[in-house]
Order: sequence, then structure tokens, then C-alpha cells
Amino acid sequence: MSQSYVIAIASGKGGTGKTTIAVNLAAYCARSNSKVQYLDCDVEEPNGHIFLKPKINIKKDVTVQIPQVDSEKCIGCGKCGKICRFSAIVHIKDNKVLTFEQLCHSCGGCIRVCPTDAIRPKKLKIGDIEIGQSDNLDFVQGKLNIGNIRTPSLIKEVKTQIKKDYLSIIDVPPGTSCSVVEAVKGTDFVILVTEPTPFGLNDLKLAVGLVKKMKLPFAVAINRDGIGNDQVEKYCRTENIDIALKLPDDRAIARAYSTGQLILDQHEKSFSNLFKFVKNIRSKRYAKR
Amino acid sequence: MKIAVTSTGKTLDSQIDPRFGRAAFFIIIDTETMDYSVIENESVVAGSGAGVSSAKTVIDAGAKAVLTGNFGPNAHRTLQAATIQLYSQLSGKVSDAVELFKNGKLNTSDEPNVNSHFGMDS
Repeated sequence: MSQSYVIAIASGKGGTGKTTIAVNLAAYCARSNSKVQYLDCDVEEPNGHIFLKPKINIKKDVTVQIPQVDSEKCIGCGKCGKICRFSAIVHIKDNKVLTFEQLCHSCGGCIRVCPTDAIRPKKLKIGDIEIGQSDNLDFVQGKLNIGNIRTPSLIKEVKTQIKKDYLSIIDVPPGTSCSVVEAVKGTDFVILVTEPTPFGLNDLKLAVGLVKKMKLPFAVAINRDGIGNDQVEKYCRTENIDIALKLPDDRAIARAYSTGQLILDQHEKSFSNLFKFVKNIRSKRYAKR
Repeated sequence: MKIAVTSTGKTLDSQIDPRFGRAAFFIIIDTETMDYSVIENESVVAGSGAGVSSAKTVIDAGAKAVLTGNFGPNAHRTLQAATIQLYSQLSGKVSDAVELFKNGKLNTSDEPNVNSHFGMDS
């Protein structure tokens, strides 16, 4: 693949196999000598490294800006607290202003409205980005500090590492929250991983709603195919959604997963087909341009 | 003295709301006259920072003491910064808690007694 292409592996429901599919697809592409990059955006609990075993070469701090108040300059007008939607800064009385760094979303509003320049930005570390190599696969992961809630800010930083002329595979956090929106934003294609169960279908529908709202092209991957029922497939048929992959319910996969191994030895064909599917949608996209 | 009590309803017969940040109402009572006013708490539906914004509400209402079920860390820090007396782990009728307060039967709480987001589950 010569042109850049960014694929997000997402899911409404947690534990459906996003990481399994993302790391094995990345490893398969790397083996077939494609320029490929794996980015773990599940920054609250990144676990792709367990399977890809990268050598980390670069580690960078990720910081955000939070307000720091100089009480000497504060005239107690309270404008900072009024503009803050997150109650991260609050005027008590006189020149007493409190800040709550974990509530701050770094919008900078308080700094702008302060008439006496009493508020200055201060750096707060929220986590790290680690960049490395696993054979000829480029590896990037974000790690959010424990107790921190600035998940989207860290994901945004991880995505600045997306390389030109690479196939970039993004491991997205589960669910349909702000973190997921940030992780899938601007990607070229989304694969929604699900399992063929009522829970899987329920959360798949939520995820489909999200990618449709964001106008992102997508397909579904069914993991643990063979369990549950046929409702997911019926839903995809009715909604005209492509099924990009069906990975069988196989104890060997669970065994490999539990020991941090890839499953390409047992299921190479599945990932070669998925790779073909990805190449196919990419060429269609470029043909349209 | 003006005090604030978290309440599930709009009268002194209402039950105390166990949550501070996400209390349904704040009843602001003048302990000398027992006159009171009711503030509907807009922070009930706040995405985050309910403890801080609720604290700001009672500070601005002029309360010098707060009676409630539970304070989280952010509410506690904000109210303490305003040197407001804090009383937690109260339940039952608002008027009964006010009587206990007036008779000096309550002990102040120097620490938050629940973690952040406590009120999200109640």
C-alpha cells in the first residue's frame, strides 16, 4: 500500500476482540511487507503491546494546560468561574479562587476572560506516548496516568504519530463515548467488532449509530462466530452492512490470547481475507477521488 | 445564622438528600426565625463538577453551615475554602436536623466522607 490509510478497529461492547483483530491484522500486514503502523488508542488500558512485544525507543510526556491563579493580581470579579462549564475553577470570595485540575478540559476560557491577567497556563502531565518497533511494524501507544480523565486529549496526541504513506491501524477504546469519537475521528474506515449475541447486537447498534452520525464508512467483524444466534448477521443484511470478517469461536484463540500470543498460525486465512477487504475498500476510495 | 440543608423536597418536613453535589434542593434556613427559602439544584444534571458548583450555590446563598448526608472531596474543599461549617452523615427530616444543629448536638466533619461520583449512583 503506498497511500496513507487509517483504519479504526472499534466496538460498542467491550471484550469483543478489538485488540485481537487489530494486532493480528497489523502483524499480518507487516509480514506481507506492507508499511504498517499499529496505534493503541485504548489509552486507559493499552494491551496491544502484550501481543506485539515492541521494543520501545521513544517515550514522550503528554501534558495539557490548566489554570494557575495569581492571587496578588486577582480582583475577585468571578468571571473565571462563570465561564467554566466544568466547575474546574471557582471564585469563593474576595481574591480567593480555587482550581480543580482533574475537572479542567483546557479550553482556556478562564485565562481569556480574566481582566487582570491573573490566570496563567500551567502544564499538567496526563500520561505518556511510547513509540517503538515490533519486527517491521511501527508501534505507538498512549498510556493515561491513573486517576486522570483526559482520555480524549491523550488519544489526540497518539494520533499525531500517524505516518504518511502507511496503513495505520487504530485500536479504539470500547463503547461510544467521547474517547471513541476522538479515536475514530478523521479515520478512513471503521471496523466494528461484535459478537453474535443479544448484548453484542445491542452495543453494535449504538456503535453503528455513532459512525453513521460521523459519516464514516464502516463494516462489521463478527468474533466468536458460532455462539449466540444469527441476529447480528440478519441486522447487517437488513441494514446493508458489509461483514468484513468472521472469526470462529475457537478455544485455541482464547488459549493464545491468555498467553499473549498472536493467532496468525491458526487463523492466517482470516487475516489475509481481512487484509484483502481493507485493500479493496482503500482502492475503491482512491478510485472515487 | 443562615444554614443550608440538602433536601429531597421543598419543605422542612422533607427528607434530607444524602448527596450534597447532586442534592435535589438546598433549603436555606435562618435558624433564628426559621424562615426559609428553597433553591432547586441545577447541578443535579451537571456532567461533572457537581460538588464544586453546588458548593458555589450555597456559598452565594450566604449559608454559614451545611447539613447533608455526604460530602465528596471537591465539595468539601470548596466549602472549607469559604470557611463554612460542614455537617455530614445526617438523615431523616430536614427540620429534625436543624433542631439538632440549633441545640449544638452535631459534630463538624473535617474530611470528605465519600469519594468523587458518589452521588452518581444514588
